[in-house]
Amino acid sequence: MKTSIIVFPGSNRDRDLGRAFRRTNGDEPAYVWHDESELPAGTDVVALPGGFSYGDYLRCGAIAARSPVMRAVAAHAKRGGFVIGICNGFQILCESGLLPGVLMRNERLKFLCRTVTLKVENAETPFTRGYGAGALLRMPLAHGEGNYQADARTLTKLEKNGQVVFRYVDEAGAASDSANINGAARSIAGIVNDKGNVLGMMPHPENAIEPLQGSSDGAGLFRSLALTLEKVA
Amino acid sequence: MKARVTVTLKTGVLDPQGKAIEGALASLGFDGVSGVRQGKIFDIELAGADEATTRSAIEAMCEKLLANTVIETYHIDAVA
Repeated sequence: MKTSIIVFPGSNRDRDLGRAFRRTNGDEPAYVWHDESELPAGTDVVALPGGFSYGDYLRCGAIAARSPVMRAVAAHAKRGGFVIGICNGFQILCESGLLPGVLMRNERLKFLCRTVTLKVENAETPFTRGYGAGALLRMPLAHGEGNYQADARTLTKLEKNGQVVFRYVDEAGAASDSANINGAARSIAGIVNDKGNVLGMMPHPENAIEPLQGSSDGAGLFRSLALTLEKVA
Repeated sequence: MKARVTVTLKTGVLDPQGKAIEGALASLGFDGVSGVRQGKIFDIELAGADEATTRSAIEAMCEKLLANTVIETYHIDAVA
């Protein structure tokens, strides 16, 4: 599996993400600077890391979404290539129009940094096939603007098509106002596009891949991608 | 041409920052504030004298970058 991790000025989870691919799949990802106009030949997976690209100027992810490399990422997605955006990467995918909706300021305005419980709502995506349906995962999140919002029609479509991949839940697996940490519409923590090859999520699976990090639940996501690519190949 | 672009959240979009400001105004004793919405202003200087052309250029800037039209609307005013 050939992964390209895009690095923007202000990205800060790019090394963690590279390590997660390496530790879970033995993969050696390429790092691609934002002003490149092409992805390395043979790229299977593009990963957009967390951080504060361009200092979150204008809107989170807004400037990064217009950088030269994102045209190549959009073309990769259009060809059916896999794209995953985590945290700031999710914000960039929404700003670039590769995913619907928007990530707004957390409802209670605070920057949140803690471990949360997620429910796998769709275990049949290329990113989640290694998990059981309805599996509960523990992984950290760290963001000030992760409150996913979209208009009612978009939300209905996401739910109907199984595009809601992860939801914030309590430890028993139930969605509730108190478990919905940032106020996201329908407790949404992660979605895929309508073709299912582009995933955006706020929590950090790359920081939950071994027991030392407090949870290994994120490793399944990277293994799922490897599993998917084996099947494709 | 100089233009002032005002970007604001669409009606109905939750604005937690505006809400916090509203709360702060109330705690300062300003009574009767029934809503605060926060927005952004961009002052843009653009070469070219033809107002119609520059206006359509600024509209394109708003659509492509300055506003996220999923949640925001924009307004363009010519300034002298």
